Amino acid sequence: MALKSYDAGVKEYRDMYWTPDYVPLDTDLLACFKCTGQPGVPREEVAAAVAAESSTGTWSTVWSELLTDLEYYKGRAYRIEDVPGDNESFYAFVAYPIDLFEEGSVVNVLTSLVGNVFGFKALRHLRLEDIRFPIAYIKTCGGPPAGIQVERDRLNKYGRPMLGCTIKPKLGLSAKNYGRAVYECLRGGLDLTKDDENVNSQPFMRWRDRFEFVAEAIQKAEQETGERKGHYLNVTSGTVEDMFERAEFAKELGMPIIMHDFLTGGFTANTSLANWCRKNGMLLHIHRAMHAVIDRHPKHGIHFRVLAKCLRLSGGDHLHTGTVVGKLEGDRASTLGFVDQLRESFVPEDRSRGVFFDQDWGSMPGVFAVASGGIHVWHMPALVTIFGDDSVLQFGGGTQGHPWGNAAGAAANRVALEACVKARNQGRELEKESRDILTEAARHSPELAIAMETWKEIKFEFDTVDKLDVG
Amino acid sequence: MANTQQVGDYQTAQTLETFGFLPKLTQDEVYDQIAYLIAQGWTPAIEHEHPSQASNHYWTMWKLPMFGQQDIDAVAAEIDACRRSYPDHHIRLIGYDNYTQSQGVCFVVHEGRA
Repeated sequence: MALKSYDAGVKEYRDMYWTPDYVPLDTDLLACFKCTGQPGVPREEVAAAVAAESSTGTWSTVWSELLTDLEYYKGRAYRIEDVPGDNESFYAFVAYPIDLFEEGSVVNVLTSLVGNVFGFKALRHLRLEDIRFPIAYIKTCGGPPAGIQVERDRLNKYGRPMLGCTIKPKLGLSAKNYGRAVYECLRGGLDLTKDDENVNSQPFMRWRDRFEFVAEAIQKAEQETGERKGHYLNVTSGTVEDMFERAEFAKELGMPIIMHDFLTGGFTANTSLANWCRKNGMLLHIHRAMHAVIDRHPKHGIHFRVLAKCLRLSGGDHLHTGTVVGKLEGDRASTLGFVDQLRESFVPEDRSRGVFFDQDWGSMPGVFAVASGGIHVWHMPALVTIFGDDSVLQFGGGTQGHPWGNAAGAAANRVALEACVKARNQGRELEKESRDILTEAARHSPELAIAMETWKEIKFEFDTVDKLDVG
Repeated sequence: MANTQQVGDYQTAQTLETFGFLPKLTQDEVYDQIAYLIAQGWTPAIEHEHPSQASNHYWTMWKLPMFGQQDIDAVAAEIDACRRSYPDHHIRLIGYDNYTQSQGVCFVVHEGRA
């Protein structure tokens, strides 16, 4: 080891960072990148360059490398695979030693793995498809402030998905009128309502006024229905000081849950807020504005399954996952793949779901999957089948667009949900028998009958842009 | 927009959580749900409480959870026995899931008078 000599100049990356014989350690952090190199650059060189640039390497040899043991610290490209149905791209698998990363910091992991390397000239495109976090690293992260089981116990919701909705119009309501819309949804049977992600503290409705009116709406709805209710008070702000001030006030009002946008707010703010929630007995709903900028292009960026894993480590009790059936992008198998990553304690490799590695989550609590956007009662049987009980189904327009108003819209959704859960438990096939199940339920609920009539023609049938790679 | 005469008046209801928006379950429907929870490997349990206390997390347990019970009739018989002893109480059926350490199901099978 001590006998190496310093040779200035530029070496090929593959001499040092392409190690096809390497057997990854249980403690290694593993990553799968989809690489599209510039024409003429060999795959091994591209893969090695990615490993180097996302770990210890730089473009030129430097003398100070010899002061450390780079064999111990370097990332290694250890496998290359074809991408099914794609001739120009390939998967590169890279193993990183755990000591490259600060404990409990997804920020540090991402800064390395998706840092400078993404602008690297030898690459046309680069996409981080998946990360295997070693259990040793997971144990250093706080994770969800409460988790699925604790949230169910606090909110007294068992044996079914929870029902929510985002208050509309998303911008422009006064605080008092906004609280009215919340109250109407909750008295009608929703469990939770949500601030739109754009609602922070604008001139038309300052956060403090909103929080106070919403708190009154929740208390009144709880008294009248005998059920536990909540509203995700969005504490996303321009500074972390403002964020914590808003979180503290929500707690003072006795509210059960607050909300944060983890990508626009940033992982550092998110992790701090999750820690605050854990200390203060508050649930944390996570929205994902900006995700499609990062994850939608099939050859460049970061797949959402990676962002979802990072969020579970950073901390959140709910995360938006798309609906599969509504107005926003989302392939069914791929969505189920990252929904598993949010909720399960172990997820096995399954390429048919876009899962590239076994992932052991240990005892880290689970995150509710939130399906929101362009869904209505007719989607209920499919949603219950796809997402199962540990989910929040959010019908915005599908609640507040009801001809009788929010409360009736909420009741329609609640009746449809419970009819589906009851039928599923009886062994009926929800997606096949959806029409019968909903029609039977509507006989006892004029609210549901009207909702079914209102939305009978609405469909969102466009092909998915980001598909799983299949031959 | 519908005119006011076509708009219904939705009246707020006391609904007691899961299945609170469905018509009262029939005996057969309750049997189906017991069969479901047993098939999931969960432990049936019964709780009851006076309606005035129903918003508490804890209701009073009826005896102990029925560990290992596979017989639907036996569970239904305990619900009846609980109901005879506390006719004016709400009674709920629970399926304890020892894997998630949560309740796989929980719903009211009998409503007492408030």
